[in-house]
Amino acid sequence: MSIYDIIFYLFAAITLISAFFVVTIRNIVYSAFFLLFTFFGVAGIYVILGADFVAMVQLIIYVGGIVILMLFGVMLTNKITSVAIKTGTSQIVPAAIGVGMFAGILTATLVNSHWRKVDTAPLLPTTQSLGLMLISEYGIIFELLGIILLIALIGAASLARK
Amino acid sequence: MIIYDFLYNLVFSITQSAVAGDITAMVISALLPLFILVLPFALLAVWLERKVSAHMQDRLGPMRTGSHGWLQTVADVIKLLQKEDIVAAANDRTLFNIAPILVFAGSYLVFAALPFSSAYIGSNIDLGLIFIIAASGFVVAGILMAGWSSNNKYSLLGAMRSAAQIISYEIPTILVILTIIMITGTTNLRTLSEMQTGYFWNWMIFGGAGFSLSKFLFIPFMLIGFVTLFISTLAEVNRTPFDIPEAESELVSGYHTEYSGMKFAMFFMAEYANMFAVSAIVSAIFLGGYQSPFGYLGNTFGLHWLIPIEQFLWFASKGVFFVLVQMWLRWTLPRLRVDQLMALCWKYLIPIAFVNLIIIGLITVL
Repeated sequence: MSIYDIIFYLFAAITLISAFFVVTIRNIVYSAFFLLFTFFGVAGIYVILGADFVAMVQLIIYVGGIVILMLFGVMLTNKITSVAIKTGTSQIVPAAIGVGMFAGILTATLVNSHWRKVDTAPLLPTTQSLGLMLISEYGIIFELLGIILLIALIGAASLARK
Repeated sequence: MIIYDFLYNLVFSITQSAVAGDITAMVISALLPLFILVLPFALLAVWLERKVSAHMQDRLGPMRTGSHGWLQTVADVIKLLQKEDIVAAANDRTLFNIAPILVFAGSYLVFAALPFSSAYIGSNIDLGLIFIIAASGFVVAGILMAGWSSNNKYSLLGAMRSAAQIISYEIPTILVILTIIMITGTTNLRTLSEMQTGYFWNWMIFGGAGFSLSKFLFIPFMLIGFVTLFISTLAEVNRTPFDIPEAESELVSGYHTEYSGMKFAMFFMAEYANMFAVSAIVSAIFLGGYQSPFGYLGNTFGLHWLIPIEQFLWFASKGVFFVLVQMWLRWTLPRLRVDQLMALCWKYLIPIAFVNLIIIGLITVL
């Protein structure tokens, strides 16, 4: 048992426990804060898998962006003193279908992917190779994703103006 | 790194266990900046802030505890330790207690990647510059948590303002850091510091190492980048003229209005740790990090063990210098309004940083 095993189990525990509370706890502000810890735990697991750049982007976008925006949304749309901000269950059948399909994809990926084993290769920085791949091999897809995001941004702005 | 290896070998030779060695070395080298730098610095900086403000307003400031009042902060900390830990009935107890810890952890997280000297850097990660930006997300979350759980309109308003401000001013910060990444081709803070070795004309603010045409073309744009980065990091730590989140005259004390005792002290310590952290980032990016501007005494006398200590002193003094500049600005400038604050960020700093990014990109291609 090396130090990396201990760190892995620590982050796995943080992710699983906080993810469990995100969906079970009744208060939506608590859910949002637990989501913060879930994203943090996932970032830690990315680091252990050797994906350093993905981990940092996870922290910047999810912890620093998405969760904060969610909290803003929750705090702006409800009275701060109200205890009535609750989560609930609805649309069980479509949700079950969606979750089932997603679970299928995840299981397939889990079985088919080639996981990095400890001690096979030293952890190397991935930023440079990732950047080269994004502007050469996946260049067009990268640009198209940018355009989709721009369209979403303009759509949101025009919806907000109405 | 040297310190980590030394601790690891020490524990390993005693216990013959790699895990024990790793854990001990990690814990001790993670706590080093806290006890060597953050706590003494916070004590010193709170006293300095009082003396600086006092002298700028033609007063004396604390004079009674110790010579020129230098023990005043120690006395204050002892007083804060004795205070009752008050949690009001309408506060959300759990989040109220976690928030100061999250804020302090977020600001201490930055210290993990700061290059203190060539012998000590908490974690020499390849993405140090990006990590430093990413870590501030926890501070924002902690501030929002404090504001919401306080269940107080002043706290919530302060927290909202603070979060909006930090998120907005992250954009010019990232844009300036991108220009540096473009020129140097590295995101590792240690490599960045090593690239600026030698004399002060090799610092990034003077166009980086080497003598070519592009170095001289860089200088004006580097100055613009430096000023932009300094302003936006100043806004990120909520200091005057950007202290609208805790504007005393309108919001009592912002997100820490409801806090007392040691929890208040943790917010205070996080603020001063943040002040040092952003100063250190600015100096690590533009002013050579731990590099001395004139060469080392250790090289002159042939004492090589002296060099890391000198580097640490240079790093700390560059950081403290910028902290003094922040204090000087705080007691000189009035506070911005909310709309002026947002206008400064979105209408001035971001366009300037974008144009700077494009121009520096063109020069790099040359």
